Amino acid sequence: MSSVAAFESPASVRQALQARISSMQSTRLDEDAFPVLPMMRAVLGRGLRRGTVYSISGSTSLALALVAAASQSGEWCGVLDVPDLGLEAAAGWGIDLDRLVWVADPGDRWMSTVGSMADVLGLVIVRAPARVTSAEASRLVARLRQTRSTMLVLGEWPQPESQIRVVSSTWTGLGDGYGHLTDRHLELEVRQGQSAGPPRRSRLRVPAATLP
Amino acid sequence: MTSTDARVLVVWLPDWPIIAARRRLELPAEQPLALIHKGVVFACSSDARTSGVQRGLAVREAQLRCPQLLVVTYDPQVDARAFEPVVASLEDLVPGVRILRPGLCAIRARGPARFYGGEERAASTIHEALAKADIAARLGIADSVFGAERAALQTNDSTPVSIVALGTTRQFLASAPISTLDDSTLVPVLRRLGLHSLGDFAALDRVAVGARFGEAGLRAHDRASAVDRLSGAEHTPEIDFGADAVFEPALDRVDQIAFGVRTASESMIDRLAESGLVCTALRITVTSESGERRERSWSHPHHFSAADVVDRVRWQLQGSGGVNAGPTSPVERVELSPARVDTSAHHESGLWGTSLDERVHHALARLHSMLGHGAVSTPSLGGGRFLSERQVLVAWGDETPPSKRTLPWPGSIPPPAPATVFTQPRPADVRGPGGEPIDVDARGTTTAPPAWLTLGRSPAMKVSSWAGPWPVTQRWWDAEARRSAHRFQMIDSEGMAWLMILEDHEWAAEARYD
Repeated sequence: MSSVAAFESPASVRQALQARISSMQSTRLDEDAFPVLPMMRAVLGRGLRRGTVYSISGSTSLALALVAAASQSGEWCGVLDVPDLGLEAAAGWGIDLDRLVWVADPGDRWMSTVGSMADVLGLVIVRAPARVTSAEASRLVARLRQTRSTMLVLGEWPQPESQIRVVSSTWTGLGDGYGHLTDRHLELEVRQGQSAGPPRRSRLRVPAATLP
Repeated sequence: MTSTDARVLVVWLPDWPIIAARRRLELPAEQPLALIHKGVVFACSSDARTSGVQRGLAVREAQLRCPQLLVVTYDPQVDARAFEPVVASLEDLVPGVRILRPGLCAIRARGPARFYGGEERAASTIHEALAKADIAARLGIADSVFGAERAALQTNDSTPVSIVALGTTRQFLASAPISTLDDSTLVPVLRRLGLHSLGDFAALDRVAVGARFGEAGLRAHDRASAVDRLSGAEHTPEIDFGADAVFEPALDRVDQIAFGVRTASESMIDRLAESGLVCTALRITVTSESGERRERSWSHPHHFSAADVVDRVRWQLQGSGGVNAGPTSPVERVELSPARVDTSAHHESGLWGTSLDERVHHALARLHSMLGHGAVSTPSLGGGRFLSERQVLVAWGDETPPSKRTLPWPGSIPPPAPATVFTQPRPADVRGPGGEPIDVDARGTTTAPPAWLTLGRSPAMKVSSWAGPWPVTQRWWDAEARRSAHRFQMIDSEGMAWLMILEDHEWAAEARYD
């Protein structure tokens, strides 16, 4: 900073600082959502809304892909009760493992664990619990709204903000006894909010090497 | 040049390694003892020496000369540690002790000489005081460190103090043989040059010596001409930052113990803070009433606060049992000792603060207390051939093991990486078009193309495409850890891709590309 200041006039330094301050003070609209990877904008145009629950069924990669951009921008993420999550895939999507909190087995304290994780972690990927009453669910959603964190549920969840479902998945690269898996084409069904309208369909191409 | 400023007092404890080893092993004084370093005798006791054992002798030869000889490996750490109390008792008499090596230390003579009224009085006072502490010391005073050391080495039991008069150290050293320099590369060369005594060497021009022999030669020349000075840091007594909490009567409830530990942990952290240090790794030793000791090291992502220390004690007592678990028998004593400290300057929070990370750490510590140690972990990527081996989960707050990821791991699968890696491979069954079981023969080919895939108890699904087998062989030389398997990628009729593994003629799903 000082080296820059040494060569520039006070006015331009002030301008640069002001620009920096305004870039740090994000606008209200941006603050409302976590960013998503450019390729995921086709699915969720505005990113992941803060303080809500997304239900994702049929694909773990999708959850990882949605979390990746926020993790890259310095957000802490959590994984609850998904002991089989592939870490290499997570790292491949660009999730920063240093800021990933992993709770493999919450035992019978699922609710309190997810609550205290949501208090400090921006995004939490959870496996849908075997049974969750709608009262518990709405209490948790209220807590999420307060802490402005987002929960991505792998499986069904009562009244999610958005529901993303894999309709079909096709692979390329694998033949009859030769080749190996490369690209993947996903057809998704996205239902936003509790609106009664028909779900939106979108197609997604997942390249083999997600990160260079 | 020869002022009283440069006078040096050297305290020498003859046969110190032997004394230290005797004390450590609690051996009787009459047992002949030799310390071995790199296969040769490093030091031996006086009775072994009378039997003909000497420094540099091979172990076998020494044992031949003195059959009752006890041979012990030399441990310099033990030596240095045992010397610490001696230095402490010496520091009670005179300040500014410099340890030259265990058993030999040097002090500036001017101060003690003034304080005790003369060099002789100072030396005899030190000698008597050490003798009272059961330490037989020999002392030498001269104009240089090397001279004082030589003077101390020339003493004997009856005259334990030798003082070389002011300004005569050079003459005192002149007659000593060149081998006293104790430099195995320099001494033979000097001898070949016809320099047989220190006086001969000291007579050479210093600049010429520097040009020919470099730094080491200059150092030796300084010693021979009695101009080497005390250098290096003075010995500072080590501060023990550890703290103990003793419970009388012994306690068996975790919260009671944690409460009792609080004062000890606060005092430890405070004392560290006074010295400008923070603790980044901690060792907690819990001693129970039954005499059982449990020791564990903890490390911290930042540094320990007093509350963090109490948390760690709590986790150690709870084990992995969660909030209701407790110690198996009542705890008598909890010892806290910092295993690693760092300057607090390295751990100041930045101007913009690290508040969010702090908050995360607090919340995780709370979660840890709630679910038991090991429930919260930080993932990292490791090396290995099997996918589940490549996922490393380290309990939060512990140190991440060094990764072997960069090594080549033959048999690794090409990207994309599967999003689900089963910690326990799921049993499966793969059959050919006619329902026949599939195996891989010695040539590495399948007995039939995979056509049907059954996972667990679910109904069989048609395999739409597949590739393999890709062999994975691990530690074939080690009967215990040997693993040999074949991998396949398969896509079932629903479009789900699987990484299947055939090991010991058993099929399993290693991962799922979902």
